[in-house]
Amino acid sequence: MSAETDTKLIAVEIMGKQYHVPDGMTVIGTMWYTGHNIIRGVGCLGGVCGACSTVYRTKDDFALKVGLGCQMKVEDGMSFFMTPFYPAAKPNYKVQEIEKPKEELFRYFPEALNCRNCNACNKVCPQDIDIKGAVKDAVKGDFAASADKVLSCVMCGLCVSRCIAEMAPNMIALYARRTYSVFYATKHERLDQQMEKITGGEWNAEWENILALDTAGLKEYCKARR
Amino acid sequence: MDSLLEKYLGVIEATRDKRGAQAIPLLRDADVSKLLAAHHPDYRKEAYRPIAFGPNAGEQTVHELAALLEADSPLVAKPANLSRVDYEVDVLVLGGGGAGATAALKAREAGASVLVATKLRLGDSNTVMAEGGIQVAIKEDDSPVQHFVDAMHGGHYENDPRLLKVMVEDGPFAINWLDSLGVLFDRDDDGNLKVKKGGGTSRARLLACKDYTGLDMMRVLKDSVLNEDSIRIIEFAPAIELLTDAEGTVTGAVLQNLDVDQRIVVRAKSVVMATGGIGRLHIQNFPTSNHFGATGDALPLCYRVGARLAFPGTFQYHPTGAIYPEQMAGLLVTEAIRSGGAHLVNKNGERFVNEMEARDVVCAAIIRECAEGRGVTTPFGRQGVWLDIPVIDVVNGTGVVKRRYPGMLRKYERHGINISTQPVLIYPTLHYQNGGVAIGTDGQTAIAGLYVAGEASGGLHGTNRLMGNSLLDIIVFGSRAGLAAARRAKEVAFGELGTKHLEAFHKQMAKAGVKPTRTSPLMLPDYVRRPEAEAAG
Ligand SMILES: Cc1cc2nc3c(=O)[nH]c(=O)nc-3n(C[C@H](O)[C@H](O)[C@H](O)COP(=O)(O)OP(=O)(O)OC[C@H]3O[C@@H](n4cnc5c(N)ncnc54)[C@H](O)[C@@H]3O)c2cc1C
Ligand code: SF4
Ligand code: SF4
Ligand code: FES
Repeated sequence: MSAETDTKLIAVEIMGKQYHVPDGMTVIGTMWYTGHNIIRGVGCLGGVCGACSTVYRTKDDFALKVGLGCQMKVEDGMSFFMTPFYPAAKPNYKVQEIEKPKEELFRYFPEALNCRNCNACNKVCPQDIDIKGAVKDAVKGDFAASADKVLSCVMCGLCVSRCIAEMAPNMIALYARRTYSVFYATKHERLDQQMEKITGGEWNAEWENILALDTAGLKEYCKARR
Repeated sequence: MDSLLEKYLGVIEATRDKRGAQAIPLLRDADVSKLLAAHHPDYRKEAYRPIAFGPNAGEQTVHELAALLEADSPLVAKPANLSRVDYEVDVLVLGGGGAGATAALKAREAGASVLVATKLRLGDSNTVMAEGGIQVAIKEDDSPVQHFVDAMHGGHYENDPRLLKVMVEDGPFAINWLDSLGVLFDRDDDGNLKVKKGGGTSRARLLACKDYTGLDMMRVLKDSVLNEDSIRIIEFAPAIELLTDAEGTVTGAVLQNLDVDQRIVVRAKSVVMATGGIGRLHIQNFPTSNHFGATGDALPLCYRVGARLAFPGTFQYHPTGAIYPEQMAGLLVTEAIRSGGAHLVNKNGERFVNEMEARDVVCAAIIRECAEGRGVTTPFGRQGVWLDIPVIDVVNGTGVVKRRYPGMLRKYERHGINISTQPVLIYPTLHYQNGGVAIGTDGQTAIAGLYVAGEASGGLHGTNRLMGNSLLDIIVFGSRAGLAAARRAKEVAFGELGTKHLEAFHKQMAKAGVKPTRTSPLMLPDYVRRPEAEAAG
């Protein structure tokens, strides 16, 4: 938009080359602004798909940091590149075929026991998830706690890239969350009752009546019931 | 603190009590019509023109879409070698969002061989972004009929009642299926599924996973697809043309490999088109809440093989898109925040519409406020009104905003705004394609072999979709289309691969006097700045 010209320019480095860009843009915005035609690395543009992992350093800081490129604002002196793909392995399982989720966890993810507490995963997580804790909960069999911790996981794989025990903490937590939902979460009487009623044809006569109405009739019918 | 906020915070806080006490009645029908006609973007005449030819010839749509429907196939300039078939499958699913993943799982379950081809990665979609929730009638005071009544009313009685009946009746079964795969919906204190109230509905009917509903659904669906060894997946390979036999039956598709310049030819007994919505066309220059790949590709692709579109001229602008800070422009502020009690407030500290009106009505009211000088301007020149979120905590107790909307809180926090204590600026954002390819109750189209599901389809929601009905739509019709596609695959043999349909398309084009200047689908929006090219003219 028009105010762009009034904002101050900052210097950033993309894959080792310097560019000057207006202050206030995201990493992905900066990529486009500087003429990079990126496809891999862009997904939702809303911070929930995890496509846009970005590795960066800030001015005068040695540490390599990571974040989501569609959410993170660039700053003066920042150096970054995007790493949209981690070829992480994933064990296959079918939730429907699992019988004892807590035991089978170790069949699919034997490495889950190897956590060395280094905390690298937590430090790197752009969603601030206690993913180390979620893995521990899963190992202890507290799937409820694990499920709760990882609700906002965008599966960006950044924790996988850092784990010194070579595990995929996000996959372990997803296993815990899915099986928690299927096996341990409370079931829904109301849902069951509703399905029974529908199968039993509870509203069939009403539907016949409704589908026979013309538009004016439908309108009248609906308005009377709101 | 931020200077824009500083200037207004006083007014917003000072008027909060008074606003809370204020009851704004829902508008009467006549007033709704007047407001929409005056201020809703769908009613802006200069934004529309008739479609020049094809099944919807003469019907009005926006310039952006008409241009794509009348554009040429990319195969004309650069034909694909159809004699070299790269994949042969029973069911080809185009699109890796919620509808596509569901169709793939169901078709597989029914015994079909399945290939999913998608534009970005599997799961990079509008589905993953959905925050608010999914509608289903399960409370004692509710029924599928009541759900139908609300959706009809919301859709201005233009909905196809047969499609709608199917959605509301299949609804509880769809939720049960998601539950069986491991989607973890919020529970209430009794352990039952928690239901919230959404805009435009007469009953509380919204299930959610806090404000990450689509994320949890998509994560589980994607994981389920990945766990099916036999479902093949090609990422970064959007469809650019459907293929047909001499009778016009759809027999496959051509994909474009986005990593290397190659075409991929797929032969299939059925094709399920689940390529989602259209937000990235930035219709009428609106910002959008949609993911990067939402360029409405199904519409030109299906139109070219002769499928009709239902309601190609109506779009949903979500009332509350962020406009400030600039990096967030277009991003959605979940409707659940409005249903949760937040106020819409103009520059003078006044509420101006009942926040629980249907989306199009709220949207028109916000546009009216700005058009009549009661909006607030951002440093980047965008106009909008305030969404007073902190009032939720003032009324319900500190911490409620944080607990109920963790996703929203995080998104703003990243830019230094705390929504528990600070209001945010919003303006309507292009959000949803109400119409789409016309379908029947199994996602079938008038073209044999072609099924359409999800946001790409049209008819179910009439001219205005209610919150939470789209997530249900994609599961219900994703399932039905997947199953129907698999059934067909059992009955038919593989067909010839050709582009005969393009001959008919070109004839109509010539007759209408249209000379194509571009190709469609768009595939991806182009945001790359090219100063040299611009300077060179
Ligand atoms: C921010 C946001 C919040 C929302 N909140 C809610 C909500 O709370 N409740 C609700 O009910 N609805 C909500 N919606 C709407 C709902 O999420 C979508 O309408 C629905 O998820 C669409 O699902 P879909 O599978 O049809 O399309 P999508 O999920 O968009 O999937 C389409 C897929 O097809 C791919 N694709 C596109 N073109 C091609 C091509 N040519 N070839 C191959 N693949 C292609 C896309 O990249 C994408 O992966 C929201 C939408 C957004 C954007
Ligand atoms: S837990 Fe891992 S995969 Fe999930 S968001 Fe955090 S870093 Fe990304
Ligand atoms: S990075 Fe791996 S080893 Fe380190 S704490 Fe996390 S899970 Fe454990
Ligand atoms: S593009 Fe989806 S999280 Fe950044």
